[in-house]
Amino acid sequence: MSVARHSQLSPLQRLLQGTPGLWIVLAVAAGASYGFVQSPRSLPVRLLLIFSLLLIYFMPQKGWVKLLYGGGMLLIVLPYLGLFNPFLMELGFQIAAFATLAIGLNIVVGFAGLLDLGYVAFFAVGAYLWAFFGSQQLWHTDEAPGTFTIFATFPFPAWWFWIFLGVGVVGAAFTGVLLGFPVLRLRGDYLAIVTLGFGEVIRVMANNLDKPINLTNGPQGITPIQRPPIPSFFTSPEILEQLGQLAGRPVGLNDLYGFFFYFMAVAILVLAIFLALRLDNSKLGRAWTAIREDDVAAVAMGVPLRRTKLAAFAIGASFSGAMGVLYAANRTFVSPETFSLTVSISILVMVILGGLGSIAGVVLGAAIVTMLNIDILQTLSLQLSSLRQGSGTIPLLGIPWASLPTQLDPARYQRLFFGLLLIVMMIFRPEGIIPSQRRRLELHEEPAQEPPAAQIEGEIEPDHKLES
Amino acid sequence: MRLHRPNLLLEVLRPLGQLLVFILGASAVISVITVLTAFLIRGTRTDMDLLQITLILLPQVLIDGIVLGFMYATIALGYTMVYGVLEFINFAHGEFFMFGAFAGVEFLVWMQGQGWLPEGQGWLAYLLLAGAVGVGMLISGSISVSTERIAYRPLRGAPRLVPLISAIGVSFLLQDVMRFYQSTANGAFYRTFPTFGGFSERITLFALPLDDREITIAIQMTSILIIVVGSVMLVGLNYLVNATRLGRAIRSVAQDRNTAYLMGVDVNRIIAVTFLIGGALGGAAGVLWSFRFTRADPYMGFFPGLKAFTAAVLGGIGSIVGAMLGGMVLGLLESFAAAYLTIFTRGAFGAEYKDIFAFAILILILIFRPSGLLGGKTTQKA
Repeated sequence: MSVARHSQLSPLQRLLQGTPGLWIVLAVAAGASYGFVQSPRSLPVRLLLIFSLLLIYFMPQKGWVKLLYGGGMLLIVLPYLGLFNPFLMELGFQIAAFATLAIGLNIVVGFAGLLDLGYVAFFAVGAYLWAFFGSQQLWHTDEAPGTFTIFATFPFPAWWFWIFLGVGVVGAAFTGVLLGFPVLRLRGDYLAIVTLGFGEVIRVMANNLDKPINLTNGPQGITPIQRPPIPSFFTSPEILEQLGQLAGRPVGLNDLYGFFFYFMAVAILVLAIFLALRLDNSKLGRAWTAIREDDVAAVAMGVPLRRTKLAAFAIGASFSGAMGVLYAANRTFVSPETFSLTVSISILVMVILGGLGSIAGVVLGAAIVTMLNIDILQTLSLQLSSLRQGSGTIPLLGIPWASLPTQLDPARYQRLFFGLLLIVMMIFRPEGIIPSQRRRLELHEEPAQEPPAAQIEGEIEPDHKLES
Repeated sequence: MRLHRPNLLLEVLRPLGQLLVFILGASAVISVITVLTAFLIRGTRTDMDLLQITLILLPQVLIDGIVLGFMYATIALGYTMVYGVLEFINFAHGEFFMFGAFAGVEFLVWMQGQGWLPEGQGWLAYLLLAGAVGVGMLISGSISVSTERIAYRPLRGAPRLVPLISAIGVSFLLQDVMRFYQSTANGAFYRTFPTFGGFSERITLFALPLDDREITIAIQMTSILIIVVGSVMLVGLNYLVNATRLGRAIRSVAQDRNTAYLMGVDVNRIIAVTFLIGGALGGAAGVLWSFRFTRADPYMGFFPGLKAFTAAVLGGIGSIVGAMLGGMVLGLLESFAAAYLTIFTRGAFGAEYKDIFAFAILILILIFRPSGLLGGKTTQKA
């Protein structure tokens, strides 16, 4: 067994074996952290930090060692570094939040094989639930958007957030079942289009339910939304001062909330990973696999199709609902814009990029896409605009940077990158970066067995070939 | 070898007749329902005579609905062609539509720059419009064929979700490619359709005397042209598919790709031709759309595409006449929803909900009659 495992190791993993491997990973992580303390705003250093997390996942070590490394990195090193640049906590929060969404979508698409293009709708349900009850919207249901004043008190105290975390889960799961019922009979691409329509319906409703009863405050969105209370121990002046000394800058309540949301998101993410892993190996998980591969055969073998599909929708949605509540509290603002189709698709990109059905892959995909979205492209845009203001010229071309049109702004072309990623992944690596075992076998058969069918010009499927 | 020679006149007249029946039938049904509703709830409003207002608006709403229906129908033709042959939802069809719209608008803007756009009506204006439609068809046809070659063909035979996801990718990519091109070349990412040829002129059809005033029912030149071009496209496509050698090859590939291959049909070429035709029809629809709404922007393809897909499913995907029917029903419903929803609900639900209508219909159709209104056999396959 161990021999077979070792023969499958990639060159990188072979490097990380044994005690030297432990030291190498430690050195990379320490180097990245040191680099971060030295220049907290540098993008390459942030990428190196993420890369060291990836190394921890990949190193062929015992489970508890990896857990120790990963836990130390996520719970101690990153928050410590977050003292120097709060953006790191924001980045960590977003990655963890989207990774949770991606894991939820992975249950629907990866495990059960139901392509859901309106997944963001469940996120919206969770977010609007807390947005409505955690803000003053309850008092303004009969007033038009923009006409009311903001009071100092709220109908529900902030600690209700914890209850609504549960309500969000239940509400989103309920919505999942609600969507699931009518589309139970649909398969494949029809399901995709209907779920896409459902996502748009939720967005249109969020946009327009400011009349006759003002539930969502229309396109203006709901604000302010309460954040859950932080225990007064942390907000005491002594603690803040000590943190400030550690960071070398004054630390306020907003920084504390940065840490708070980061830890919350990581906690939910870990819970989601745990649940997804357990589900994958459970009876229900095997039922999902069965209906994904062949639902007629699955039914014949006694899998309850209706219940299994609804469970996939409900469980997938519930992750999204919890994250929606947290997200609304984090932003203290929700508007329909946050829940556009682009978000649904970018969550899908995360799942596809990382590997359908593979939990580790999906988390990696979420990290890559989120980094691309809120960090890499933004940094590129900033750099480009600063170059544009300078007097330099583009190397090799000799055109001055300043002559580039201002519309050339990488941050605005997320769709272009996502589209390209989707096409390239589908053509060259449909199983994703870290494929699940089953899909790798399915999509890449061992070369010794048979030449790939796609090379035959006539595009005849192999099982229909004339037998001589 | 030909078993029966298709009657040319019949192949042209039959779809036209069907179309006429659909338009009249759908219009009559929806009008009766609306008027009946207005009659039943007329007591809820004291500030206006609901029934009278409904009747006043009715003819104009009908005309708008039919024009919108023709536009959905022409887009739906592209979906239906590709689905009929490959059983694959070409998610990027809305973007082919968008590219066609931009190509047509760019052509006319270039003509305007040369000073060749006539002010008034005349044969030159029609010629230029036809040229714009032609350019749009050419561009989106070629985009469609290249997309098939690059992004879809390598995935043929893969699990069904794979090409669909690739198509979503193409759709996103094309949107931003156009946006990128437009914003670097023109500074703004949308384009306005140049006004020329006096097409926006309204032609008064008739005037209704009502109490003390007169209601004139008018139709724009634009709308008439859209109806004419849409009908020509339907008839042409129907003829091509049902009465020509190429059409027979397309149908054979749609029915059984492997057998068609064994019978000597060049399957790859036929699929490419299908994409060419579908894309070109989408491009023509795009030019007409921007002609009517006087604007082209990179994201314009999304909603019309989605609704046209709904129309295709509604009519029975894979059926050309069905796409026409579905488009018509959807166009009428949307136009009626936009006009009457606000009045009937005292402003509680505005015209914004018309988009929800389309999706609600889609879901209902797929639940109760997945083969669509005209689809014979079940079309849904895993």
